[in-house]
Amino acid sequence: MLDFWQAVAVSPLARNALLAGLLASIACGVVGTYVVTRRITYIAAGVAHCVLAGLGAAQYLNVVHGWRWLQPVHGALVAAIVAAGIIGGVALRAREREDTAIGAVWSVGMALGILFIYRTPGYNQDMMSYLFGNILLVTTRDLWTTLLLDVIIVGLAAAFHPQLQAVCFDEEFARLRNLRVDVYYMVLLMLTAVTVVVLSMVVGIVLVIALLTLPAAITGRFAGSLAGMMVGACLLCAAFTCLGLTLSYGPDLPAGPVIILVCGMAYLLVNAVGYLRARRR
Amino acid sequence: MPANEETPAVAMRNVSFAYESRPVLEAVNLSVPRGRFVCFVGPNGGGKTTLFRLLLGLVAPSQGDIEILGKAPEAARPKVGYVPQHFAFDPLFPVRVFDVVRMGCLGGAERLGRAEVRRRVAKALEVVGLRALEGQWFNRLSGGQRQRVLIARALAATPEMLLLDEPTSNVDAGAENEILGLLEQLHGALTVLLVTHNAAVASRFLEMIVCVNRKVHVHPPTDRIDDRLMRHICGYEAPATLGAEEIARHA
Repeated sequence: MLDFWQAVAVSPLARNALLAGLLASIACGVVGTYVVTRRITYIAAGVAHCVLAGLGAAQYLNVVHGWRWLQPVHGALVAAIVAAGIIGGVALRAREREDTAIGAVWSVGMALGILFIYRTPGYNQDMMSYLFGNILLVTTRDLWTTLLLDVIIVGLAAAFHPQLQAVCFDEEFARLRNLRVDVYYMVLLMLTAVTVVVLSMVVGIVLVIALLTLPAAITGRFAGSLAGMMVGACLLCAAFTCLGLTLSYGPDLPAGPVIILVCGMAYLLVNAVGYLRARRR
Repeated sequence: MPANEETPAVAMRNVSFAYESRPVLEAVNLSVPRGRFVCFVGPNGGGKTTLFRLLLGLVAPSQGDIEILGKAPEAARPKVGYVPQHFAFDPLFPVRVFDVVRMGCLGGAERLGRAEVRRRVAKALEVVGLRALEGQWFNRLSGGQRQRVLIARALAATPEMLLLDEPTSNVDAGAENEILGLLEQLHGALTVLLVTHNAAVASRFLEMIVCVNRKVHVHPPTDRIDDRLMRHICGYEAPATLGAEEIARHA
């Protein structure tokens, strides 16, 4: 059990993994709270899967066309923002059903990503780590990127908290107060897109949605305010990440799935206790 | 009296509205002087909620024009408070009463400081009699208390006009009485537009009764509205107890 914490003391890889988990927890707690309360979990999932297109394209351009400056994370960010823009645009303007648009972006994004990966020579270990996460491969540069994104996310959330709270709580009333609901909604989707990319470094794009929503959903049962829910979700996400890393390090299991299993078990436990308490009343 | 106070609270001129090709309101002409308490009655699907959505600028008329407090509906929103009929509230949303009422302070012409926001929230909660529940979780309130908090949220905007869409439809008799008492307090201070199906509610506010059933007409002054007359106004049945002349007048 202590293997991981002993490794943190001596290994930069383990230290980076821990720092990545803690930094990602900030974005996860803040944005996850908005995602859960505004009920856009499936939009976040669609964006997460579409990220594969950006990862694949960036890797393809890097390897085949020699664009060495272009890293997969750059492609991931672009793909996430484009996907969020498409889904948001459909939700706000088009007459197409929103869930159909999410499904289309989700699967077309993955299809594009798979084609790019197929056409990219060499063994795509990096791609696998983005799909299923490999927190132990996080570099110092990734940590700085995550820190920068955290600052942007927390700054925007702090600056527009009353407005975002009003939009999440009662969109029609927010519109009647002449708030630019559509703009705040798009800001929320963009923050979600950026957070998905940050979290994909920890648990991979396939599992990211659980880490984004479950800590917020658990704290939502106990929090008295949106801000409290955010703080609780940040702490819980950090705890789950640390526990997942600790449990997976010794037996050499992949950290991402273990973190998600810890999240899922906590979520089930909290709901089961809530159900039993409600029945006893 | 300043010029802007001479303009009516609501002026609708030849307004029609249709969803796709289905007409909902046709050639509506309506003028509501400031300070009036107006009850909108009519059958389900008659267009009452659509009328409110037009007044709030949430939908645009197919033809005609609307002025609220002398301005276009969207421009007048900062001075209009709205209490919805159905509020799709997520019971797991963590929010306190203070935060809900504070939402009414958003979007005004001027940016309010924290102290002013606190003062407005406190005053609005004082008016609805829920000052003591400021720190309470919204999802722990009763239906009637929630409705009063939503009225406080509308009042926090310091509106000149208040629109309430069936505010007592989902509350028990005691809460209904409290809400109606509150509306009586507001009568005179604000222009109040109230949608109701309830004869008892309409009977308490007989100043101006507007019947909405695709067309709109102002009901002749009456001293009482009972269930039968209400059903007749709403188009469910002819009031057998009314004389032929009165039936013709209501038709």
